[in-house]
Amino acid sequence: MTQVLIPVILLGGLTLIFGAFLVFSAEKFKVKKDERVEKIHEILPGIDCGACGAPGCAAFAQGVVEGTYAVNGCKAGGVEAADKISEIMGVKNEDTSTEKVSVLCCLGDKETAKRIAEYDGISTCEALHLMGGDKGCQYGCLGLGDCVSACPFDAIEMGEKGLPYVIEENCTACGICVETCPRGLFELIPKDQDIYIACRSYDDARTVKQVCSRGCTGCTLCTRVTEGGIIEMEGKLAKIQWNKIKDNKMLEPALEKCPANTFVKRSELRKKVKGEQLKINAK
Amino acid sequence: MSLLTFKGGIHPTCCKEFSKDSKIKIIEPPDFIYLYLSQHTGIPSKPVLEKGAEVEIGQKVAKAAGKLSVGLHSPVNGTYMGTVMYPHPLGGMKEAIRIQVNKENSTPFKEKERAKISNIPKQKLINIIKDNGIVGMGGAAFPTYFKLQVPSSKKIKDLIINGVECEPFLTSDYRLMMEKCEEVMKGVDIVRRIINPENVWIAIEANKLDAFEVMKSTSSLFPWANFALLKTKYPQGSEKQLIDAITGRKVPEGGLPFDVNAYVQNVGTAFAIYEAVYLGKPLFERVVTVTGNVRHQSNFLVPIGTPFEYLIKLTEGPIGKISKIINGGPLMGIAQSQISSCVVKGTSGIVVQNETETLKKEPSPCIRCAACVDCCPMNLLPTEMYKHIEMNRLEKAKEMGVLSCMECGSCSYACPANIPLTQQFKIAKSRITKKVN
Ligand code: SF4
Ligand code: SF4
Ligand code: SF4
Repeated sequence: MTQVLIPVILLGGLTLIFGAFLVFSAEKFKVKKDERVEKIHEILPGIDCGACGAPGCAAFAQGVVEGTYAVNGCKAGGVEAADKISEIMGVKNEDTSTEKVSVLCCLGDKETAKRIAEYDGISTCEALHLMGGDKGCQYGCLGLGDCVSACPFDAIEMGEKGLPYVIEENCTACGICVETCPRGLFELIPKDQDIYIACRSYDDARTVKQVCSRGCTGCTLCTRVTEGGIIEMEGKLAKIQWNKIKDNKMLEPALEKCPANTFVKRSELRKKVKGEQLKINAK
Repeated sequence: MSLLTFKGGIHPTCCKEFSKDSKIKIIEPPDFIYLYLSQHTGIPSKPVLEKGAEVEIGQKVAKAAGKLSVGLHSPVNGTYMGTVMYPHPLGGMKEAIRIQVNKENSTPFKEKERAKISNIPKQKLINIIKDNGIVGMGGAAFPTYFKLQVPSSKKIKDLIINGVECEPFLTSDYRLMMEKCEEVMKGVDIVRRIINPENVWIAIEANKLDAFEVMKSTSSLFPWANFALLKTKYPQGSEKQLIDAITGRKVPEGGLPFDVNAYVQNVGTAFAIYEAVYLGKPLFERVVTVTGNVRHQSNFLVPIGTPFEYLIKLTEGPIGKISKIINGGPLMGIAQSQISSCVVKGTSGIVVQNETETLKKEPSPCIRCAACVDCCPMNLLPTEMYKHIEMNRLEKAKEMGVLSCMECGSCSYACPANIPLTQQFKIAKSRITKKVN
């Protein structure tokens, strides 16, 4: 009997002592955790996309509490997340900017734009861009899909005609595509705007006409048919000044008159790609 | 006699026999000449003429703009048509001067009176070299006048004249040495007088023994010259490797040849210097090897600005369908996206390949054979750097020295798994420099 009792008492005693020590040290050396960090982390999209500059969502949440990141720093979370985070932090979200969405500023698909060479090097847009590209247009989309693989929200897909398109339901306007594309072809435009200029070519009319049937030729007609200086010329390229636009209707005359057909409606582009599979993340 | 060399490198088939025996041929100029404003390393030149102006052969059509820049000279008589955007052999569209060639009035270049060469002071010689638009003809096209201004704190011990031409296919330097050995040596003499070295080396690879003998035969006229025969190996003609092979001194990372008291100049450049100083002739034409899969591989004396297309036609066309055109040799050269790219001052050759030669092999995983490590002439670890770059750990790749990769292509050539190593390093280098800016 004693043979059993001694180890039981001994081990039981030891367990009690160690247990007490653990409880004591856990209380004594407790790391004070700000519960706001937890709360903010819960609001964030949680995909660690890195667009805010922090290495991940947890680090961003920590950073907000410490004051290194702004309450509206999470681009993927958008206005909604910014509002909630500012509530937790007890500050007012000063940023009243509207929600944005990413659009592709190139219409040069396989039919519209001329290809001048065949490329069989490393299959990324970055590598192809370094070699000068395989398209006649030196500003147009290279179609190898760096943006598709870079988008952390599966919001870009490659279309059948060699141009990527944005699945707007998934796009959070994090801006990663804008930075990834070696030709800088993405732009974040206000979500309530429909019409935009889908070209980034600074070439003159002759060159553009040789290589693409829908490129901006720099004819300046759109600046003259619209009012309020909402379109300005940047060299040979027309650019919409989004901050001057109140109503998207203001751009309609340009959409109608543009001889190169470079203005497009987001909604129409989407209708076209709807034929192809339009995948929506069930998240 | 044991041959000099460096550690690493590869032994590709040299393929020089195609164009080796074709004498340098003077060609009819094409209808239009396109002179890119950026022909050289440094600031692009600035056009100086009005549209519609008549130009004469050898006339300056663009001037040097800034500290590191040289001018451009018309290689033909004709009409100045302003500037256009034109495909550049180094990629992209670049601004180029367009000259319509006047074929009726094609007087050859008139040699200028010359003062006694030995009386011209050093600074004047450098000015002549600058005014005549001379740049390094080996490929990088670095303005020669700038290179010649060695800081006075550095004493040059070894002047090396690079007649190695280690790239497969190319024979333009070889032909120059065979046909113009004395002129080349006179050019070397000028460089020698400017930088005043202790030793002068004429470096030639062992697969060009005949050129070596020809050059050596001038030694009675130029007693100061040493002739060095080097092992046939790629990239023997690269500046740092050449210095290592001949002097045994290694240029430090990020350093320049004069840090180890050496100075390298290409034979083509020496010839251009000869022409500028002795004949007053600016650099407006150069020897270009047109080779590969064409009917008559040749060495042409080509006006700068001649379209590749025109030169390929002169060889009576390609055999089979062209699938790749390379500006320079197949290892370091750049594949063209357009056949209308034009010859620049640094174009030493044009290699045409058809489908059978450009088969693409799919890369497979690295088998850690270290073939790339063995051959890298810069002593880098290509396979490790590749992995870091793949994971976008640029900092690590930088630590491992990816910036000193000279894109020689040896590792890609040697890799049995067909991994595009050099290509990846090129991308990484551009990413790193972009980040810095
Ligand atoms: S949009 Fe830019 S990144 Fe995307 S496929 Fe086109 S060139 Fe590549
Ligand atoms: S390409 Fe760069 S890494 Fe590869 S062998 Fe040459 S120097 Fe070394
Ligand atoms: S040569 Fe190719 S397979 Fe061999 S170690 Fe280098 S990368 Fe790997």
